[in-house]
Amino acid sequence: MATYNTNEFRGGLKLMLDGDPCVIIENEFVKPGKGQAFNRVKLRNLKTGRVLEKTFKSGESVEAADVLDRDLAYLYTDGEFWYFMDNESYEQYQADAAAMGDAVKWIKEQDVCMVTLWNGSPIAVEPPNFVVLEVTETDPGLKGDTSSGGGKPATLETGAVVRVPLFVQIGDKLKVDTRSGEYVSRAKDE
Amino acid sequence: MARRYASDWRPGAPLEILEARARLNRQVRAFFDARGVMEVETPLLGASFGTDPAIEPLSTRFQGPGYAAGKTLYLQSSPEFFMKRLLAAGSGPIYQLCKAFRNGEAGCRHNPEFSILEWYRPGFDAPALMDELTALVRELAGDPALPERRRSYRALFLEALDIDPLEADVAALADCARQHHLLGADSLDLDRDGWLNLLMAGFIEPGLGRDGLLYVTGFPASQASLARLDPADPRTAARFELYWKGLELANGFEELADAGEQSERFERENCRRYSQGQQPMPVDDALLSAMEHGLPACAGVAVGVDRLLMALLGEGDIDRVLGFSLARL
Repeated sequence: MATYNTNEFRGGLKLMLDGDPCVIIENEFVKPGKGQAFNRVKLRNLKTGRVLEKTFKSGESVEAADVLDRDLAYLYTDGEFWYFMDNESYEQYQADAAAMGDAVKWIKEQDVCMVTLWNGSPIAVEPPNFVVLEVTETDPGLKGDTSSGGGKPATLETGAVVRVPLFVQIGDKLKVDTRSGEYVSRAKDE
Repeated sequence: MARRYASDWRPGAPLEILEARARLNRQVRAFFDARGVMEVETPLLGASFGTDPAIEPLSTRFQGPGYAAGKTLYLQSSPEFFMKRLLAAGSGPIYQLCKAFRNGEAGCRHNPEFSILEWYRPGFDAPALMDELTALVRELAGDPALPERRRSYRALFLEALDIDPLEADVAALADCARQHHLLGADSLDLDRDGWLNLLMAGFIEPGLGRDGLLYVTGFPASQASLARLDPADPRTAARFELYWKGLELANGFEELADAGEQSERFERENCRRYSQGQQPMPVDDALLSAMEHGLPACAGVAVGVDRLLMALLGEGDIDRVLGFSLARL
C-alpha cells in the first residue's frame, strides 16, 4: 500500500480518507512554539465533490489514492453507462451516472473529457471547458433583435437548457462555457 | 548566448522590507543600549540540545584537531543555554539578536532558520518583563498607545470553549474538539497537551491580539518548558506568550533556577522522546553545573523577529520578510 507522509503533502496530492479518494486543495503547517505540530488540510472528496477539512499530526502517514486523470474520448451511452475510450491504447471505460454528474448535459460523441480514474474506474468526468451544440428548441425571437439585453431559454441537442439572446434560432450552433453553463457566442459553421 | 541557471534568484522580500528589518535591528540595539542591557554573542553550534520533544535539531559534524573521529554539533534552536551560563557567570542583564534553527518546520509562519531576539533580566518577574517587551514593540510600531492586554490560558479556554484546561482530562478535551466541529479531530490520537495545543491553534489563537498586544499567561505546568512553576498555583507555570494579529510572537519565562528540577525535566523529556521513537538529546551538563553554581532569579523572553516584522508590516507570509526562505535556497 503506497502512503504519503505529511511532509509530502501539497496541492493536488490524492489521498484515501474514510474509504473515499480525496485531493488536497490546501495544506497548512501549524505549530505552536512549544508543542505538537499539525497539518491542517483542506481536501475535495473526488466522488462527491464535497470539500472537507482534516487535521493530521505532522509526521503521520496517510494511504495514497490510486487516482489518475486521463483524457478520454466519449463514445456513446446505453442509458445506464457512458462509454469512453483512450484514443492511444483503445482501452474502454464505463462511467455511471454518479461519475458523469453534470457532464451528461454537455458532451457529444468524440468529445474529449478529463476522466478521473480510481483503481481503474471512472469516478468523475469533466467535460471540455467549451462545447459547440445545436439548438433544438427555442421560442422564435423578434426579427432583427441583436441586442444582448433580455434573453430566452434554449434547449440544446444534449438536453441542456441555457439562456440565450433573443436572436438565436432553432438549428443555430452555440458555443457554451460548461463551467458556468453560459452561452458564449454563435459558432461559425464549419 | 546567456545560460539559464535558476529562474527565481530574487529575494522574497522587497527592498522596503529589507530596509524595515535593518531599521528594526538598529532600534532594538538602541533600546537595550539605553537600558543598560549588554549585547552578547553565543555559539550557534552547540554540543548539546534542548530535550523538548516538539523541537527537532539540525545537526552537523565537526572533524579536525582534537576530534579525529568527528563530533556532532547542533545548530541551536535558541541561545538560551549559553546565555544562562553567562548569567550564572555574573553577566548581569544581556540580550542577543541572532539566528536560530529548527528542523521540520516550514510554512507561511515557519522557516527552519529564523531570527530571534532573546534577553534576560535578573531581578525581573514575568509582569515586569512583559512591560519591557510591550515598551519595545510600541517603540518599533511607532505607536505609544498600542493597546495591551493580559489573559490567563485558563480564562481564554473557559471563555472560548467553556472547558478548564487545567482540570479537563484527555477524553473531555477530545470531546470538546469534536463538539466544536474541529473536522478531522475524530481520528486523532493525542495526549493531553496535544489536544490543548490543537484547541489553542484551532479556536483561540486565530483571534488573539486582533486589536493590540495580547499576553497569554499561566500556561499549564505540563507546558512549563524552562519556566518555574507558579508558587501561588503550581498547576500553572510562570510562562507567558505574546500574540499580535493572530501571530505567536514571543515566549517568556520566569526562569527555572533549580538544577535538580531542570535535570529531571531533561530526563523526563528524553524518556518521552525515546518512547515516541525520537532520538534522545545529549543533555547540557554545563548548563546544569552553571545552575548549580547559581542562576540569578531572572526572567527571559525570546521574540521571533521575522514574525514580529510580519505583524509590524501586515505581511501574511514569512517569505515576504526573509531575503531567502527555504524554497529560495
